Amino acid sequence: MFEAILLTVITAATPLLIAAIGELVVERSGVLNLGVEGMMIMGAVVGFAVANQTGSGALGVVGAILAGMAMSALFGFLVLFLVANQVATGLALTILGIGLSGMIGEAFIGVPGLKIPELYIPVLSDIPFIGPVFFQQDALVYLSFALVGLVAYGLFRTRMGLVLRAVGDNHGSAHALGFSVIKVRFLAVLFGGACAGLAGAYMSLAYTPQWVENMTAGRGWIALALVVFASWLPFRVIIGAYLFGAVGVLNLHAQAIELDIPSQFLSSLPYLATIVVLVLISANRRLTLVNTPACLGKPFVPDR
Amino acid sequence: MAEAPEDKKAPGARQETGDLLDARGLTKRFGDILANDRVDLAIHKGEIHALLGENGAGKSTLVKMFYGSLEPDGGTILWQGKEVRIDNPAAARALGIGMVFQHFSLFEALTVVENIALALPNPGNMAELAKRIEAVSNDYGLPLNPKDFVADLPVGIRQRIEIVRCLLQEPQLIIMDEPTSVLTPQEADRLFLTLQRLASEGCAVLYISHRLEEVQRICHHATILRHGQVVRECDPTKETAGSLAQMMVGSEILGVGSHTKALSAGEPRLGLKGLSAPAGTPFATALNDINLDVRAGEVVAIAGVAGNGQGELFDALSGEMRVQPGMVVLDGEAAGARAINWRRKKNAAFVPEERLGHGAVPGLKLSQNVVLTRHATKDGLIEAGMVSLRKANDLEKRIKKHYDVRMSHDDPEARSLSGGNLQKFVMGRELDRKPGILVVNQPTWGVDAGAAALIRQGLIDLAREGSAVLVISQDLDEIFQISDRIAVISRGYLSAAEPAAQMTRERVGLLMAGGAETQGEAH
Repeated sequence: MFEAILLTVITAATPLLIAAIGELVVERSGVLNLGVEGMMIMGAVVGFAVANQTGSGALGVVGAILAGMAMSALFGFLVLFLVANQVATGLALTILGIGLSGMIGEAFIGVPGLKIPELYIPVLSDIPFIGPVFFQQDALVYLSFALVGLVAYGLFRTRMGLVLRAVGDNHGSAHALGFSVIKVRFLAVLFGGACAGLAGAYMSLAYTPQWVENMTAGRGWIALALVVFASWLPFRVIIGAYLFGAVGVLNLHAQAIELDIPSQFLSSLPYLATIVVLVLISANRRLTLVNTPACLGKPFVPDR
Repeated sequence: MAEAPEDKKAPGARQETGDLLDARGLTKRFGDILANDRVDLAIHKGEIHALLGENGAGKSTLVKMFYGSLEPDGGTILWQGKEVRIDNPAAARALGIGMVFQHFSLFEALTVVENIALALPNPGNMAELAKRIEAVSNDYGLPLNPKDFVADLPVGIRQRIEIVRCLLQEPQLIIMDEPTSVLTPQEADRLFLTLQRLASEGCAVLYISHRLEEVQRICHHATILRHGQVVRECDPTKETAGSLAQMMVGSEILGVGSHTKALSAGEPRLGLKGLSAPAGTPFATALNDINLDVRAGEVVAIAGVAGNGQGELFDALSGEMRVQPGMVVLDGEAAGARAINWRRKKNAAFVPEERLGHGAVPGLKLSQNVVLTRHATKDGLIEAGMVSLRKANDLEKRIKKHYDVRMSHDDPEARSLSGGNLQKFVMGRELDRKPGILVVNQPTWGVDAGAAALIRQGLIDLAREGSAVLVISQDLDEIFQISDRIAVISRGYLSAAEPAAQMTRERVGLLMAGGAETQGEAH
């Protein structure tokens, strides 16, 4: 029973984790992309379609990543080169993604899907409990953790990450020092798109291997909230994603065993948890301010 | 500036060491404005070269072309005799040109070592860089802790970071844009020692400043810009501050007639009684038991290095930050918890430090900006809930005429005015009302000498007519020029206001560096 719950928590948390870590990089560069949901749903439908047509889950994943990047490139072009309003453009991107994915996916409704296989490691995977939980996941679960580690290392240990944080903190100074603010931000936006696309692929190729219209069901928005929840620190995203994933899953299990708690209360738990955590985090305002990208959402126009 | 460190240079000793940088016919145009018009400038090795000029004379534009942040429209730059193109700041740094910015180009959320690493082409290992920073900064007497977050550091230290950042690039030319505007006199002295040492090691310094006395003290040569053109080159030690100022402005500057002494000081009109307020944000300053009376007829100035609570004090005075009612008293009435309009109706007026965005709305016309601070007063700008455009326009014209606000067309948007002109407008808008109580934060920040004289005279005249005027400023020249009494703010503590005649720069400097704090804690 506990093992089953844990397994479903992992699958529920993984797409949140992947999408949120991508958006974290975007926001660290000073761009607020509210279109995560739209990029994710495009990733889901394109990933499903490509996998369905080619019979290859791996190609499906690649297709989903490219779809997410294409969406984010559109966003980046509007917001960075034409200096469109970031909030409005992000919202439009979500609406566009939901509409477009519905259109593309029409032919795939009810089509049986393809599931990314779980890894099987001899011996390790056979250990009771530990085996199924730690060594029988699909590749994307491991990738999600690797991504968090890579992002954390990249942001805080490499020059690239230093420049990215500098651009997000003060784009004027970064420009004065000779860094290309627009280029750094565009690359960050593309990375965010790739992650959102990948998260979408996880939805349609691993979580529930089929295409259902609007199947991301607001997970993109939760991913956005997770970035704030994590106060822009990569490892905290893991905590947030698993907390949200766990509460969602517990809700289902609680109903299944007819626990005497109203399901509405359980559904609201992640959001209550967010509020509590945000209050706790804001108690240390200095830390929050140091980690919050000061230029978040501000447009940049170089003078030359 | 008594007790000045001994100047190493012999007066008039411009060394003939050959040209390090030679600019010929540099031209830069922004729209209709010719910011730089065929500027020639030669900097020798090992000299401290002053670049003088009023606001808008084109100094910043010129040095930005040297540093690669602007592209010249015409002319050439020779570096050590060879023609170069400086496409971006990285290229300038590669040549050996470093720059210390007026508004620092630092990242608050990053540490000292991270900030410095960003400006180096090959910073290498962070731990080793931190050691180099400690070594170099100690060597030059500018100690730094590499692990500190910039957000936690005061302005003087922030400037050190910029200077050390330059030094680590082993530059041959350092450009400094108004470096002393944020320093106490003592900190400035330390900076001058560093500059003199650099010059003696063969590094050239291009020194931009408004402060002629400093230029005379440390610079070997001066180039003077007016309206984008070079008008003179001279040896500043052979000139007087007056003659230098005249070259900059092109005409004689009005003297500010400050010492038509305050008549026997009148009733207190503005009072601060034990004003305390916690810091609103982690980077703000808490106010600690501030006591001050400003009487009718006098100008009281508050000196201090930026970021010591001036902004918070201004907010408490204007009503942007509410405090206990009795902490702020306007004409005998407790006002600490009152809104800004209530205070305006009591005939008080406020001019914040940041003119664009705080003092005026960038996208609104001047006549509309007039309404914003005067809608609640007795100007009749609002009639039955409607704005009287005619009256607003008349008022705008009056302010423009009286305070010499120059604009390219009638009633422009606030953002299209140059900094100095907008400051004249924002000051004029309040002075025009003849307020009984006026609080001004940095009245002449970035304003050229002519306009500054006009504004300062306006402040003095207002006080002599019976108003109480409180000026918060970082400019000691200004403070000594206009004030009757001087108090100093340091880390949210205010020293007792003392008659200006009995104050010296040294005493102000000591109070700035923490003396105000101990004094404030004592009572």
